[in-house]
Amino acid sequence: MANGNDKVLLKGNEAFAEAAIRGGLRFYFGYPITPQSEIPEFMSRELPKRGGVFLQAESELGAINMAYGAGAAGGAVFISSSSPGIALMQEGMSFLCSAEVPLVALNVSRGGPGIGGIQPGQADYFQVTRGGGNGDYKIPVFAPASIQEAIDLIYESAELAAYWRNPIMIFVDGIIGQMMEPVTLPEQRPFTETSKIRDAKPWAITGYGDDDTKKNVVKSLRMQPDDLERHVEYLFEKYRRAEKELCRVETQDIEDADIVLVAFGTVARIAREAIEILATRGIKAGLVRPISLWPFPYDVFDKIGSRTKAVISAELSMGQMIEDVRIGVGKRLPVRLINRTGGMIPTSLDLADSAEKIYKEVN
Amino acid sequence: MSTPVFTYTKGMIRTETNFCPGCTHGIAHRLITETLVEMGEIGNAIGVAPIGCSVQAHKFMNVDMCEAAHGRAPAVASGIRRVHPDKIVYTYQGDGDLASIGTAEIVHAAARGEKFSTFFINNCIYGMTGGQMAPTTLIGQRSTTSQDGRTKAQAGNPIRVSELISTLDGAVYVERVALDTPAHIRAAKKAVRRAFEIQKAGLGFTFVEFLSTCPTNWGVTPPDAMKWLAENMIPYYPLGVKREPEEVQA
Amino acid sequence: MATSKLFFAGSGGQGIILMGQMVTYAAMFEDKATTYYPSYGPEMRGGTANCTVIVSDKDVSSPLIYEADCVIAMNLPSLIKFESLVKPGGTLLINSSIVDQKATRTDITVLYVPTAEIAKEIGNPRGANMVMLGAAIRATNVVAQETIERVMREKAFTGKKAATIPLNITAFEAFK
Repeated sequence: MANGNDKVLLKGNEAFAEAAIRGGLRFYFGYPITPQSEIPEFMSRELPKRGGVFLQAESELGAINMAYGAGAAGGAVFISSSSPGIALMQEGMSFLCSAEVPLVALNVSRGGPGIGGIQPGQADYFQVTRGGGNGDYKIPVFAPASIQEAIDLIYESAELAAYWRNPIMIFVDGIIGQMMEPVTLPEQRPFTETSKIRDAKPWAITGYGDDDTKKNVVKSLRMQPDDLERHVEYLFEKYRRAEKELCRVETQDIEDADIVLVAFGTVARIAREAIEILATRGIKAGLVRPISLWPFPYDVFDKIGSRTKAVISAELSMGQMIEDVRIGVGKRLPVRLINRTGGMIPTSLDLADSAEKIYKEVN
Repeated sequence: MSTPVFTYTKGMIRTETNFCPGCTHGIAHRLITETLVEMGEIGNAIGVAPIGCSVQAHKFMNVDMCEAAHGRAPAVASGIRRVHPDKIVYTYQGDGDLASIGTAEIVHAAARGEKFSTFFINNCIYGMTGGQMAPTTLIGQRSTTSQDGRTKAQAGNPIRVSELISTLDGAVYVERVALDTPAHIRAAKKAVRRAFEIQKAGLGFTFVEFLSTCPTNWGVTPPDAMKWLAENMIPYYPLGVKREPEEVQA
Repeated sequence: MATSKLFFAGSGGQGIILMGQMVTYAAMFEDKATTYYPSYGPEMRGGTANCTVIVSDKDVSSPLIYEADCVIAMNLPSLIKFESLVKPGGTLLINSSIVDQKATRTDITVLYVPTAEIAKEIGNPRGANMVMLGAAIRATNVVAQETIERVMREKAFTGKKAATIPLNITAFEAFK
């Protein structure tokens, strides 16, 4: 008989850090910011014991650039921060994308704008999916809804980042960071030995040894417009492929629903409970839960059946994902918003009440 | 049998640099890479060059290198050093970069005693962006953003970076050198070697400031630029070792 | 049991986090789905603490609650703020050692638990939170007492604290 022995109870933030270590991400650079400070604390304690490296940076600017250096040198790197800290890192994100340096980055997001507050938020949707940095680039973004899913995505992203030679962003709200759930941890992937980096990543700057024809340069400056255009075209070929291969979504009853809710992260879980409440009121609601926010699962909206009267984007922001939902839905159906912001979170009852009201309006 | 009086160093890529006539970047490049070759470390070195005229260094230095965003090279090098603790790592930064936008990064890298070397090119002006006032621009010096000359009232006094860095315990070797005369250039090369040797011994952060020229943005001829450096810069930025604790000397 | 929602509230130092986490561990040991969500940030620096524990036989959907099957109010501000959270027919446990007010609702079961007095009586003055935890677990049957004892042994009271387990079990069982 099972007795929970294969599971461990972990706080979200510690689970994320553990997943990163087990994923083989040997280097961590961080700076304290609520609500994710448990991550640098955990890393400072655990990484050195396990053959990894922790370094507390002087700022988020320092952290992202340490991550760039370590990544350019072939290291497998993890960083984490929260909304305003992620904003400071955007210069680096743009730089890493152009220079094709792998990285797994985690945003445990909070309310904004400005310093905002420290309670959970999703108002970084634009920041993470549109890129807060300059220029043409894309970063795949995954938005897990549970600690287990976050662990699995961070673990997988360690390989995805190296494969795509691009940062991968994990976007969670502060609730998932602060809560605890029983989880199963994956096996420890071995750290890449320093001496094997050049074989694994022939592009990395490691010192070329005896053969200077192997000299490597990691760069993003391209002064000739035609050269820069070629480079951006090349990056976008990669992004177009990623759009197909990294798009992830979960749906529930969208073929035959009165209304369809769209929500990610914790809000998707609140929506699941709201859907049960709506069922008791005779309203059948479906759910679209984007797991990848870029690439966004636009095509999934084609599966919404003819019974549906409206699509509702439920968000902890003033309505950011709703712009993608509108693109996905087109002019077929009305798209409405249910939202709270600033760290306020709707309960399942609030969500059900608002959804019922919208349903009555459109029906 | 004749002995050549000049040979190319394998440390530099055989190409023309695109620095302006009379600019001393080329000399600094050569001193650094030639020293790495002489130490047998050229293939074990990793360099970082941030935005500014220095960003092109990877085209000329025959070393594995990366670019860095403006001011961030010391953070980038700190990351590289964590991955490759046995390699020689250095940053090559100008004054607009290091002494202005990158002050946090350089101060904290020095404070942590990061085991890499920073080569600081101080020519009292922003070069690449077209001659704007730098934190190192001298009082009275004209620039495109101090067109009547820098004043203390408006911009404060220029920062003496080597003296600033030498207040930090993690910096175990700090020296200011100049590139205006053959004697000064020979002394500069010794400083480069010293910095790399101390880095190799794992003793801490090493920093060499090169007083350099920018005739284009100073608006003077190359020979006059050398004179201008000697007459204006050296009095305000005195040459010499600013910090080298006894345990490092031994 | 389909889903049980417990809400622990009090001030820092009253063992709010410990009680909540012990129930969460016990649920995990019983192979149930469970989620623990604490208040965090400056709210806690002010000295108040609360946490939500959900135990279910299916995946937990919302980690946040709008009603609770059981609210544990360890101090007066918690009673005032969270009495309304108890769902009709649910249970409210009040730490009557320091809360001198009565509940106002009549559609719920209210238990007054004099945690400090009981803890003192059984010779475990620091066991007030275990007295309350026992009362809450028996009122909700959310997990078995044996599982809580396993949590005490394996998670809550390990190392030097292991010696306190018998006393804590006594405290856990003390409120009838």
